[in-house]
Parts: sequence; C-alpha cells; structure tokens
Amino acid sequence: MKNKFIIIFFYIFFIEPSAAETNKLESKIFKSLRCIVCQGQSIAESNSDFAQTIKIVVRDKIDQGDNEKEIYEFLAEKYGEWIIYKPKFNYINSLLWFSPYIVLVFGGLLIFKYLKRRKQ
Amino acid sequence: MLSNLGNILLFGSIFITLSIIYFAYQNIKERKFLIEKNLVYLSFFQITFIITSFLLLIFAFVFSDFSLLAVYQNSHTAKPIFYKIAGVWGNHEGSLLLWVNIMVIFSFLFFLFNYKLNKIYSLYTLLVQNILILGFLVFLISNSNPFFKILPIPSEGLGLNPILQDPALAIHPPLLYLGFVGSSIYFSAAMAAILSNSNGKNFASSIKVWVLISWSFQSLGIIVGSIWAYYELGWGGFWFWDPVENASLIPWFCMTSLVHSVLVLEKRNYLYNWVLILSIITFISSVTGTFLVRSGILNSVHTFANDPARGMYILIFLSLMIFFSFVIFFKRKINDNFYLEPISKETFILSNNWFMMFYLATVFIGTIYPIFTQVLYDTKISVGPPFYNSVIAPIIIPFLIMMAIGPRISWIKQKYNDFKSLIFILILSCAINFLIFTFLKSYNLLSNLIIISSLFLILHSLKDFIINSKTKSYYNLPSFLSHTGFGILMLFIILNHNFSKEYDLNIKVGETKKIDNIEIKFKDLKIEKRENYNAIIGDFNILDLNKNFQKNLNPEIRIYNNPQTLTFESAIKTNLQQDLYLTMSNIDGSDFYNVKFQIKPFMIWIWFAALLTASGGLLRIFLKK
Amino acid sequence: MKISFPKIISISLVAFSLIVFFLALNIEKRYSTEKIVGKSVDNFEIKFLNNDEVFKKQDLTNDKYYLINIWASWCLPCRKEHPILMTLKKENKLKIIGINFKDKKLNANNFLGELGNPYDFSLSDKDGTKSILFGVYGIPESILIDKKHKIIRKFIGPLNVKDFEDILQLVNEK
Repeated sequence: MKNKFIIIFFYIFFIEPSAAETNKLESKIFKSLRCIVCQGQSIAESNSDFAQTIKIVVRDKIDQGDNEKEIYEFLAEKYGEWIIYKPKFNYINSLLWFSPYIVLVFGGLLIFKYLKRRKQ
Repeated sequence: MLSNLGNILLFGSIFITLSIIYFAYQNIKERKFLIEKNLVYLSFFQITFIITSFLLLIFAFVFSDFSLLAVYQNSHTAKPIFYKIAGVWGNHEGSLLLWVNIMVIFSFLFFLFNYKLNKIYSLYTLLVQNILILGFLVFLISNSNPFFKILPIPSEGLGLNPILQDPALAIHPPLLYLGFVGSSIYFSAAMAAILSNSNGKNFASSIKVWVLISWSFQSLGIIVGSIWAYYELGWGGFWFWDPVENASLIPWFCMTSLVHSVLVLEKRNYLYNWVLILSIITFISSVTGTFLVRSGILNSVHTFANDPARGMYILIFLSLMIFFSFVIFFKRKINDNFYLEPISKETFILSNNWFMMFYLATVFIGTIYPIFTQVLYDTKISVGPPFYNSVIAPIIIPFLIMMAIGPRISWIKQKYNDFKSLIFILILSCAINFLIFTFLKSYNLLSNLIIISSLFLILHSLKDFIINSKTKSYYNLPSFLSHTGFGILMLFIILNHNFSKEYDLNIKVGETKKIDNIEIKFKDLKIEKRENYNAIIGDFNILDLNKNFQKNLNPEIRIYNNPQTLTFESAIKTNLQQDLYLTMSNIDGSDFYNVKFQIKPFMIWIWFAALLTASGGLLRIFLKK
Repeated sequence: MKISFPKIISISLVAFSLIVFFLALNIEKRYSTEKIVGKSVDNFEIKFLNNDEVFKKQDLTNDKYYLINIWASWCLPCRKEHPILMTLKKENKLKIIGINFKDKKLNANNFLGELGNPYDFSLSDKDGTKSILFGVYGIPESILIDKKHKIIRKFIGPLNVKDFEDILQLVNEK
C-alpha cells in the first residue's frame, strides 16, 4: 500500500505537460516576443499590424517544423535580441542570471553567521 | 488669476519650508527643552498652503480653466467630472504636486504624534523631511509647474488619454503614492535616529504604524493597478513585469521586509542597523523607480511626457540623497551585537527578509540590466516575464513553507515539537494537490511543488488561527489574514497560469470557428454613438461543446475624438470558476477581425486573495493589543 | 570614517549604477535595425507583382548592387521618396527591387502608373511575411546589398537626398 502511494506520488511529480499542443506552443512563443513597434507589449498582446505579421511568420515556422529556439534565433538575427523577452544566456547576460542567486547565497551565509555566533 | 494664486501658494510653501528647516536646526543646536510653538505653527501653515494649492488645481480641472497649460493638455470640457478630477494626477505636473502633498501631510502628522515623546529625534525628522520636501518643491516650480500659464487662452483642452478614463486608474496613483511617497517619513526618521543617537526600540515603535500604512496602500495601489491592466488593456493578463510595475514592486519588497523586521527591533532591540538600512532603501528605491519611469530611459506601457531635464533633476536629487544617507549611516559606529536561536521568531523574520531581498535583487537587476547592456555593450536586450518567472518561481516554495511555520514560533527560543501536525498538514496538502491534479489534468513538477507549499501555508495558518481563537486572542488576526491571503494568491495564480486557455484567430462577421471543443461565432457588428466616443460593438457567441454552456460576449472598439485614439474594450464574463475574456481588433485593409478569446480560471479568487493580503496590514493599524 | 570591505563594495556598486544612469539619459532609445547590417541576405522566394513567377536569391547577379525597397500604395512617405528612386533608376551599377507590402495589386499598379516605375524587379508581399526576412519595421524601408549579397546599409523611413548621395557613393566605390 505504502509503495503504491509513493509510486503515484512520483508519477505526479515527474510528468511534464504534453507540450505537443501546437496552440500552447504558439501562444508561449507569442508571449515571449516583444512587439518592437509598440510600447512594452508582447506579440500576443498587441493589436498592431506588425504583431499580426509576426504571428503569421511564427505559425509558418512551426508548420515547417522549426522548434522554439530556432524561431527565436531567426527573429533575433533579423531584429536583434531586443525582440526576445527571455535574454540569452551568454557572456554579457551572465550577471543578469547569476546575481540574484549570488544575493540569495550571500544572504543565507549572513544569517548563518549570526546563528553560529551563539555557540562561541 | 488662478495661475498667480497657485504660484504664490507654491512660493509661500518654499518659504515656509525654508523657515522650518532653519528653526528646526536652531532648536537642535541650542538643545532647548521645549519645542518652540512657531515650529508647530509653521508646520500648520505649510500643510494649509500645500493642500490649498492642490485643491486649487482640482478646481482648475473641474471648471476647465484652460489658462493653465496642465489643464489644457490633460482635460476637456466634455469629460465626466469624475475624470476631470482624476486628470489632476493623471499627468506629470499634477502627480508631482500630489507627491509633495503626501510628503507634507505625513511630515505634519508624524511631528504631531512624536514631538512630545522624543524632542531631538522629532526635530531631526522634521529637518530631514523638510529638506526632501524642499527638493521636490524646487523641482515642481522649476520645471514641472502645474500652474504654468499659456497665452492666448485656448477655448478647448486636448483631453485625457481614454485608457486612463477609468475608475480603477483614477484611484490607483493616490493609493500608490500614499505607499511609496509615504515611505519618505521613515527615511527621514532613520536619518534622525542616527543623528540623534536615538534608542532602537523607540525608533521602531515610532515608525511602525507608518510602515504599515505605506505597506497597505502600496499593496492596494498595486492591486488596483493590475485590476485595471486586466480589464482595460485588453491583454488578458494582470501582471506583465513591465518596468513600471517593477518600479512599484521594488519598494513593496522593502516595505514587506520592514513590516516584519521592525517587530524584532521593537521587541528585542535586535537588527537596528538592518532596520535603518531598510528604511533608507525603501525611499531610495521609490525615487529610483520614479527616475526610471519619468526620465523615459525604459521602454514601458506607461508613458509620461519625457523630458531629459526632468530625468536629470531627479537623478541629481537621487545621487545627493544616496550620498548623504551613506555618509550619515556610516558615521554610526555602533555595531549590533546579538545572538539568534535557529528556532525563534527572530530567525524566521530574518529569513523572510532574506527572501524579500532575493526577490528585490531579481526584479531590480532585471529592470535595470537592459540599461547597462545598452550603455556598456551597445546591445539592446529585453528582460521580460520568462526571465522573472524562471528565476523567482522556484524560490517561492521555501518562502511559503517558512511563512507557514513562522507566525507560531515564539520569541527568543523554542523547542519545536510540533512535527506531528506539520507532517499531517504536509500530507493533507499533497493529497489535495493530488485531487486537483487528477481532476484538472497535468502540470509540471514546479507547479506541483508550489501548489503543495501554498496549500501547506493555507492549512497551517488555518490551524494556528483555530488554536489561537480558543484563547479568544485576536491579536494575530491581521497576520493570519495576510499570510493566508498570500497562500491563496499563490495557489490561484499557479492554477490560473496552468489552466488558462488562449485562442488567437482572425474571423469575419457571420463566420463560425471551432477550436478544441469551443465554437466561436461572430454574429454581428453594430456601430453606436456614445457620449464622447463612437463604439464598434461585436456580437460573439461562445459555445462549449463539452460542458454545453453558451455565452454572449460583446467586445468593443472605441473611437475617441479628443484626443484621437482607438481603444479596445474587452468583454468579460466572470463567475466563481473562471473568466471568459474576449477582445477584438480590426485588421487594416481586410474584412477580418483579430479575436483573442481566453478562458482564465479563478480570476476573481486572485483579486480576493490579493485584497485579503492587503487587508491584514490595514487591520493591524487599527487593532491594538 | 573607517574603511571596510562592505562599505567599499556598496559604495562602488551604487556609484557605478548612478554613472550608468547618467550616461543612459543621453542615449538614443529608439529601435534601430542596424543588427542586420553586415549579414548576408537569407534565401528568399518572392512572387512578382504582376505574374505568378517567383524571384529567388539565386536570381541576384554578382556584378551589380541591389537596393531592395519595401513600399505600399497606402503609405504616404513612400510617395515622398519616389522621385529619389526614379533618379536612382538611372544609375546602371545599381538594380532596384521593389517589394510591394500588404497592398492590393490594382492600387499598386495605379501608384506606379501615376508616379512612374523605378523598379527593375517588382515583387509582391501580400501578407508581409517575406519582408520579415529583411527585418522590416515600418515602411518605407530600403536595404542596400553589395555584389556579394551582403547587406551594407539599411534605411528606415523615406530616402532623403543625403541617403541618395550615400547610396551613390557606396555603389561607385572601387
């Protein structure tokens, strides 16, 4: 009985949603692209002409079998990294991705230091 | 006439502010035992002058006095009176006057409450706060004067941007300002505490209520802002990680830290330095946010008229403020000495601060990083929702768990022996998660964990509350409301995130389209003339083939004349389970309309939970032990 | 004041941020598509405006410069830059490709009939998707390609006299 419970438990945890649904992928990509002619809107949100065109292009690319990453790379090449909402992980952006965690670790160590003082 | 009167009031305020600074300084220097009555009188004059000038501006907007540039640019005679008033703070100049008003009101009340208790400390607070007020008054008069005249007087105004003509947005700025401008008072108090060598406990108990007030209003302001974004911007989302939203969130993280750690200082006289730092950075981050928004160096949905001179002024002011607060803070040589037990309320509160600082760092770095890459590497990057979600979401889990256990832990030291109920609640949370999971189908590991931990928080708080209420002590009610509210908020945000459905399609009048199990029928299109705009109204019929429900939705495209703008009004049908959300927009040179149809589960619960969280703060202000 | 490690770190971080903010105040914030300059043209296949044949990347020859001009009859600034395109037509080291953007065939032909046809190849991009290959942002836009099919300049907005002179200079180099 117990074992069964554990199996069910892990089964739930490690299942990933079936990303195959094109519709989901499509709207995920639309949300991750900036409408560069608008003020702070994504392609999914924008009503602009530009957004309409990008939507068609993204749909075509998905139909051609391109994956998410390839689509982002294609658009970044044409419009610069400005168009992608999730910054690439590269040399320039490394601090962006790391520094929040540096703060987290540093803060933890600081609290730990105060806890340890007691024992001295 | 009005313009002259307004200018006299503003110059009068500057004069009074200068006098307050002078007399406060004299008083401190001479170390008199009694505060001279003239300081109280001067403060009273100051608040009268500044409020009158604000009322005068409201008057000018209500009666459409277009001899003032600010009124001409932001108002129109055909506008409903409610939005004429809201127009006062819907622009840069007026909002800055509101800003100064709040600083003065807070200064006045703080002085009134404290000057009898601790003389030197309240004099220093008054001094510092008035230096800040002076800075903003000079800014107001020198390049953002709301009483600026234009000649010849125009007969009609340009009107207010229609997307701002909305009840939620009308109250959003005052709420938010009460929050982050209000934080100026404990910035000043922190400076004063250092300068007057004031005792930590006294400092904590004098600022506590102000921290609570600003936290509550900041929370309400943020909530109202996102409610507005939800139904007015027509994107179906409620949080976009837009730079302006981030600018309001950063001070909120500071305030949340402060609300908690100020208790430690008050009760245990620990963390004095840390509370001082938090008090200082709350206001500094508020001004930084204002700088980022008003200078226009960030690309955002909120656009104020951008003027580099304004950006320059705020930046210089900010730099000076940071410089002097650093100098004053580092002058303080006292090092806090304290010991923490691993299981004690102090440690849990400190861990709250720890997570808050992590969120703050993430949001702050994400917001300003694009500026850095552009200046240093000449590369433009965008930091958007995918970044924040992926960095912040995993760290929500331990935060929620700590938040559940913390409130019941006692001060100083406790032997924790409540493992039985802990494990019981954990298993119960997992079981409920399992039910949700089988009922609503799959979501990923991270969502599972967040749902479990938020359920854990909700159940744990409920249990604590029931135990507490047996002793008829309701002192913990506010923290119960806020903590439970936050747990519910996280729960429904994750559920909403996982089970939202979005359809984007192009459709003609008379067509029916079927996606998944949903049939969208575009029945009709009408044109109607309304008070100050024309509306194109779509008539849509949504049929769910699975659950067999049918709903009519009528989104609009509105064409405003003054100023010439198109807005897209979403049609929303709300019930306890979900919102149906539909917007349409025209496609140039084609008969097709772009339709975005979304099913958003539990929206109403998200608003409810957020308000519950904020209500805890408000309740705490009034609830005495 | 005693100098300590946290002090130095915090002060220098804050000072650095403030300096960056100062510099950022004077930076051009508008979007520019210069990222595409220097890259080779992607493969493309675009239909002609007036027949069903397609124009491909392989159809570009190696002895001429090309100016790709993206335009539409509904676009007012396009009207403004038209005389410059007409003058550029006379330059024999340069061929002009016109991509008609999200337009109706009839309107496009009327436009060319009225103001003259500067294009050596007149292509049509009805849904606007082909122009994405050239990083189109808002029309009119013009892209200058050298003999190796590399993008060497991109002009956003109508061409003016200065752009005209730049093009002539670039085309006549060497």
